[in-house]
Amino acid sequence: MATYLEFIQQNEERDGVRFSWNVWPSSRLEATRMVVPLACLLTPLKERPDLPPVQYEPVLCSRTTCRAILNPLCQVDYRAKLWACNFCFQRNQFPPVYTCISEVNQPAELMPQFSTIEYVIQRGAQYPLIFLYVVDTCLEEDDLQALKESLQMSLSLLPPDALVGLITFGRMVQVHELSCERISKSYVFRGTKDLTAKQIQDMLGLTKPAMPMQQARPGQPQEQPLVSSRFLQPVHKIDMNLTDLLGELQRDPWPVTQGKRPLRSTGVALSIAVGLLEGTFPNTGARIMLFTGGPPTQGPGMVVGDELKVPIRSWHDIEKDNARFMKKATKHYEMLANRTATNGHCIDIYACALDQTGLLEMKCCANLTGGHMVMGDSFNTSLFKQTFQKIFSKDFNGDFRMAFGATLEVKTSRELKVAGAIGPCVSLNVKGPCVSENELGVGGTSQWKICGLDPTSTLGIYFEVVSQHNAPVPQGGRGAIQYVTRYQHSSTQRRIRVTTIARNWADAQSQLRHIEAAFDQEAAAVLMARLGVFRAESEEGPDVLRWLDRQLIRLCQKFGQYNKEDPTSFRLSDSFSLYPQFMFHLRRSPFLQVFNNSPDESSYYRHHFARQDLTQSLIMIQPILYSYSFHGPPEPVLLDSSSILADRILLMDTFFQIVIYLGETIVQWRKAGYQDMPEYENFRHLLQAPLDDAQEILQARFPMPRYINTEHGGSQARFLLSKVNPSQTHNNLYAWGQETGAPILTDDVSLQVFVDHLKKLAVSSAC
Amino acid sequence: MSMMKPAGPLGAAAPGGMLPQGPSPPGPHQFGQNGAHAQGHPPQRFPGPPPVNSAVSSYAPYSPSTPSSYPSPASTSSIAQLGHQLSAMHVNSYGSGMAPPGQGPPGSPSAPLFQGPSQPPQPSIMQPGSQVLPPPPTTALNGPGASPLPPSMHRQDGLPGPAPLNAQYQPPLLPGQTLGTGYSPQQAANYGPQMAGGQLSYPGGFPGGPAQMAGPPQLQKKLDPDSIPSPIQVIENDRATRGGQVYATNTRGQVPPLVTTDCVIQDQGNASPRYIRCTTYCFPCTSDMAKQAQIPLAAVIKPFATIPSNETPLYLVNHGENGPVRCNRCKAYMCPFMQFIEGGRRYQCGFCNCVNDVPPFYFQHLDHIGRRLDHYEKPELSLGSYEYVATLDYCRKNKPPSPPAFIFMIDVSYSNIKNGLVKLICEELKTVLEKLPKEEQEETSAIRVGFITYNKVLHFFNVKSNLAQPQMMVMTDVGEVFVPLLDGFLVNYQDSQSVIHNLLDQIPEMFADSNENETVFAPVIQAGMEALKAADCPGKLFIFHSSLPTAEAPGKLKNRDDKKLINTDKEKILFQPQTNVYDSLAKDCVAHGCCVTLFLFPSQYVDVASLGLVPQLTGGTLYKYNNFQMHMDSQQFLNDLRNDIEKKIGFDAIMRVRTSTGFRATDFFGGIFMNNTTDVEMAAIDCDKAVTVEFKHDDKLGEDSGALIQCAVLYTTIGGQRRLRIHNLSLNCSSQLADLYKSCETDALINFFAKSAFKAVLHQPLKVIREILVNQTAHMLACYRKNCASPSAASQLILPDSMKVLPVYMNCLLKNCVLLSRPEISTDERAYQRQLVMTMGVADSQLFFYPQLLPIHTLDVKSTTLPAAIRCSESRLSEEGIFLLANGLNMFLWLGVSSPPELIQGIFNVPSFAHVSTDMVSIFFRCFCGNVQRNVLCSCATTYYKVKKTVRHIVLYKKENLMF
Repeated sequence: MATYLEFIQQNEERDGVRFSWNVWPSSRLEATRMVVPLACLLTPLKERPDLPPVQYEPVLCSRTTCRAILNPLCQVDYRAKLWACNFCFQRNQFPPVYTCISEVNQPAELMPQFSTIEYVIQRGAQYPLIFLYVVDTCLEEDDLQALKESLQMSLSLLPPDALVGLITFGRMVQVHELSCERISKSYVFRGTKDLTAKQIQDMLGLTKPAMPMQQARPGQPQEQPLVSSRFLQPVHKIDMNLTDLLGELQRDPWPVTQGKRPLRSTGVALSIAVGLLEGTFPNTGARIMLFTGGPPTQGPGMVVGDELKVPIRSWHDIEKDNARFMKKATKHYEMLANRTATNGHCIDIYACALDQTGLLEMKCCANLTGGHMVMGDSFNTSLFKQTFQKIFSKDFNGDFRMAFGATLEVKTSRELKVAGAIGPCVSLNVKGPCVSENELGVGGTSQWKICGLDPTSTLGIYFEVVSQHNAPVPQGGRGAIQYVTRYQHSSTQRRIRVTTIARNWADAQSQLRHIEAAFDQEAAAVLMARLGVFRAESEEGPDVLRWLDRQLIRLCQKFGQYNKEDPTSFRLSDSFSLYPQFMFHLRRSPFLQVFNNSPDESSYYRHHFARQDLTQSLIMIQPILYSYSFHGPPEPVLLDSSSILADRILLMDTFFQIVIYLGETIVQWRKAGYQDMPEYENFRHLLQAPLDDAQEILQARFPMPRYINTEHGGSQARFLLSKVNPSQTHNNLYAWGQETGAPILTDDVSLQVFVDHLKKLAVSSAC
Repeated sequence: MSMMKPAGPLGAAAPGGMLPQGPSPPGPHQFGQNGAHAQGHPPQRFPGPPPVNSAVSSYAPYSPSTPSSYPSPASTSSIAQLGHQLSAMHVNSYGSGMAPPGQGPPGSPSAPLFQGPSQPPQPSIMQPGSQVLPPPPTTALNGPGASPLPPSMHRQDGLPGPAPLNAQYQPPLLPGQTLGTGYSPQQAANYGPQMAGGQLSYPGGFPGGPAQMAGPPQLQKKLDPDSIPSPIQVIENDRATRGGQVYATNTRGQVPPLVTTDCVIQDQGNASPRYIRCTTYCFPCTSDMAKQAQIPLAAVIKPFATIPSNETPLYLVNHGENGPVRCNRCKAYMCPFMQFIEGGRRYQCGFCNCVNDVPPFYFQHLDHIGRRLDHYEKPELSLGSYEYVATLDYCRKNKPPSPPAFIFMIDVSYSNIKNGLVKLICEELKTVLEKLPKEEQEETSAIRVGFITYNKVLHFFNVKSNLAQPQMMVMTDVGEVFVPLLDGFLVNYQDSQSVIHNLLDQIPEMFADSNENETVFAPVIQAGMEALKAADCPGKLFIFHSSLPTAEAPGKLKNRDDKKLINTDKEKILFQPQTNVYDSLAKDCVAHGCCVTLFLFPSQYVDVASLGLVPQLTGGTLYKYNNFQMHMDSQQFLNDLRNDIEKKIGFDAIMRVRTSTGFRATDFFGGIFMNNTTDVEMAAIDCDKAVTVEFKHDDKLGEDSGALIQCAVLYTTIGGQRRLRIHNLSLNCSSQLADLYKSCETDALINFFAKSAFKAVLHQPLKVIREILVNQTAHMLACYRKNCASPSAASQLILPDSMKVLPVYMNCLLKNCVLLSRPEISTDERAYQRQLVMTMGVADSQLFFYPQLLPIHTLDVKSTTLPAAIRCSESRLSEEGIFLLANGLNMFLWLGVSSPPELIQGIFNVPSFAHVSTDMVSIFFRCFCGNVQRNVLCSCATTYYKVKKTVRHIVLYKKENLMF
């Protein structure tokens, strides 16, 4: 299957697309029997250093219901200067500028290597990017100081013409005016009163029509400066001012009595931020960056009261329906998120606190708008500082790795329909011929809005095969899908990226082997996981697990080789071999298990799971474990308790954490100080190797993982122990006799037990 | 004189003048009437001396001539108009007060009524004839105004022949009015016609309507103005007999010297009259007797009155944690009226007679006459006034209070920026803030300051000392005001000086381009109050405001000034606030110890009745500068501002007036708020504010025990200390009406009448109120005549010695623009004066209603003493003279058209009268260099400034066109 692996990899690199099936079953019935839906992971803005954008506009199919874009799959009649749309078969004239077209003189979009192509639209006004900082001032002094420094630093990273604004909040919300000299001026809002966008704009004086007075009075400048200019100013103009302003930011001055939480008006602050941008810069790229150090405690969107004796809701409370503010708060933030999405802005949440900060309620703000969500213990940690800095990292062209206000449109050939998408997007509710009635994820539309995205943002897109069972496979037919992503590039250009792909159809009855061989189990695992996590947001955890199990069993029944009722005879082909293992780890992952996680953590994990690309998602599902020893070069080892050996150093990457674990012997050696002895330099190198590797991972990762350096018996070793497959536990340890690894004190089933059980069920005719 | 004030008037005045006179074209009837009023009022004066002199007062009835005079006027309508104007003028002018005197005289010369022993002939001035009273009954209203202006001609007449002494009264009285009293003052007459008897609830309303009779206007004779009792003379007499002496308060029921008399007061067991003045120092024993005499029983209490430096300041008693000693039953505080018994182990409360144990810490043996041995060591045993340090029980939430804060709130709307007011205020604040009041022993003031500017939104400023520059926070949610910051809003001036100066420099620039014309008002007060609440301290808001708050916000007002309401039953609406927002706001302010002082700079109607409500109810002051002009008015404004900031003040105060059994306090007037019938709550009370308390009988009073009054004020000092200030006063009781009349205090009576009438203005038609006043006055005098005086001719007016000038003063009160409506006087001005009077003390009201008129031209340049005042009457002005008129609120300089050029040269440094322009006034008052003449004038002007904190405008009045 090397060929398929190469094919998959090549496609991913070129188009940023990974399909669960790379050969498609040709009928609806067969497709449903495949268990894993036909779906893909799409990274719309995958970085393509080798793909310079073309400086003209795409050619569209003239059929109004189609509007597909000319692509390499289209039939072209060079003589007649016609092209046939490969989605609707409409024959179109080339536009006049294409008159010189010929077999040897093709535009880029017709060349096969340009299945993905990016157009730059020259029309339309370009607006600078907007960064609106929304800063919590109810922080500890250290935290606030660190945050202030980070924000000041960020000013130097912003594009000089970007507009920047500042809102601070605590008990009150202050919108700072940036244009004034000599005195710092801000508009203050009560933190408990929800205001409509209109009210906010009125109060900020953004709606004021030109005053008739003004004309009457001579000596007044005629041109009215942009009303919003008081609050949003180009960085280059006010960076000194703003740096000073940030420097003078004080902690919220209202006294917090013993036993109380500070009053934090996060809900109103966000509402004002949204209202401000809504009124002034709708539909241009803008980031609202919320920095908060604790839960909202008053006003709309409050998550917990200010009494410290009442703890913030836990999963337990939620299950018992005991979280009194959750529903209301969630509703508030959803409303905000939807408005923001409508305006094409995105909201980032940087929450740094030891306790929960209400991410559960606020998650939609980031999830629906494509914003970032970062969770840390304190703003005074490198985790936050580096993560924040990374937001402003630049690509090979010197452009920011961020894009705004994107719409993703999916067009399919007739045998297919779009069932939905899962990712940092909202539906645009565009019905069309290629929209399926069955929904998977966010469905019922062929277009989605992704307000903020970066080169790694990845959506899961689910399809439905609609051709009937008895319809013949289209002759030599290939199904085609076109992804059209219109977005505002960080250089403020409007761009369109078009990816058109095609896959072969196969008759599932006669050509099942082909289909099987073209299965991408990694993509399938991630796509199924996304479906599972999507369901988990609205369903009870156990139901989701049962659903996942059933899907797995059905898949094994469909593609396993076995004799009925004989578990030992069960075999899976190579293209499926890892899939059960992924499912095993997925079941144990924090995306589906809430035990030991706070609601905020669950939201945080799920947020990232729903937007990272395939590789990162797989790491999240099944962490990677490397082993370092004197026995050879570092090697990946099984994520299993048997890998925990005394003379090894382990490096585990769970995406959210990087754990370095020193085995028992290593610890003793280190205690003895061998690493400092010149003759044991190799030991020093051994200790250093995982650190270096970890650094490398840290550098590449967004958000910064939590970095944990622990050792045998250390309390933080739990991060490792909770992830590995508990192949040795207190239950079976002595049965095995020899101590080969570290026993895990758990009642969780091990992978072995899980697989055994799976085999049994798969071969049983009962289900 | 009244005319002096507004320039406008002048012209008008002239004509007006004529009306009154017999000869002159009589204005419409109305005028006549007015005239009548005016005249009527003029008090009659008795032979100075002794009380009851029956003999004395006799009035000359007027009967005779009058009629003729009046009617005669044939004037044309135009004249009539003029007359109107004139009268109006009078009214406006504070002058009205003054007017009376003038008028008085006018009566027909022939008939000077009284001959009282009267005073020495007055100097020149009176003119006889000026007024005529006779107005036809119908239109009584205008009365007052009209009268004042004696037509010039009359004057002349008058001048020449100063009437005989007593003459004053004439017009008023109709011959034996129904009332029977000799007096039946004309007032009655005038009013009479209109109204039926007073059915009002108005205190002391006088029923008998009929009296008025004035009917016969016709009959009047002219009174010799000089025969009317002269307030000037009364004042001078009192000064002569009691001035400069030590007045010891050791005797129960002793009547103190007049407010105008300067003497040293020594507290020997009763509160100084500077703190409490009563309408009478001898209460009738029974309520029947009180009803019979109808003399109001009231006390005007000014608990924080300024004490001259040669008198002892209040002692501070500190009982530590024990707190003040109080009667267990009535809670009265330990005072000289407590009687110690049983060897000092117990004491009997003088107020409720309850016998209490003396607390152990307070025990002391008694001496042979039953007095504690430490009697003279303890202020609370031997003095009428003293202070206690209050314990935590007396504090809000049982926490010691924080020192108060001052918040300056500046209207930065377009007009204020444009006319430079904002800049002026900001500049001035820089110096004024150096002089924040402080406790005597302290180095610096404990008062914190804060700043807010506003137009239709509010701007708060953070001026924390560690900031490099001030921070401005805009609060746009005026519908629901809140305080956007805590730390850094209220700061110690010394600490934050540089930031504050920075801010004050920037404010005028910051809004220099502002086009905002709309303002809010209620939210401003609310914001200040919330800020104080958040800081948990009492305080005072200084609001500098200039326009009607029309922006969309709570307390939004519309222009509802409606001249058509004048003289209708709905007129009272003009004095009522437009919305109840301000009422509840005032209530909140009082509850949080937030005092509001308002500086208003209106250029048009701003609805003072609404805007001024909060300042009035919170113990603040309302200052009003119409059409503020920088070069003319800034000096007055700055003086007011400085005085207001620097003056002594107590915050978050509760006053309780306790009385001995048999009577009790029933009604309170002043800058107060009352949630129940006994606790007088005041957000703040300063040294100029007085509360007038009316008493009623519950039961019989004993002549032996007398009537005791204890006024206790619990307040927070400017240093943040909680204290109790106690004033005690003992009065006599008598079953003899004569005793009662002997002990009356006319100045206090007028204070009471003014406040009760001005309060009633909110609820009753003006004419009803005027009628009540007239009737009550008549009744008081009638009762005297009937019961105390020896029989005399019915036509004679008999006045008790203590009330000699009551009719004159009452006339002044009746002519005040609040009680007398004239379309020419702005509604705002009337509302303003109404509020102003409500908090006045006796001295202020005396001067306000009867202003001082000083003939400057008689000034002896060699001496530093002021020239003697003359009767406040227009007829006393002469075209060769220069006069200075002061009523505590305004000062007017009146130049006669023929005033000696050398005098003009001396004062204004211009060659002649024609060169004087009104702009020069301020120069005139400000300039201290130059020749002697100027210096003396300046010193007299500044004397007024100093003595009367509220002095405002100085208006130069050129009397060029007036005919004499």
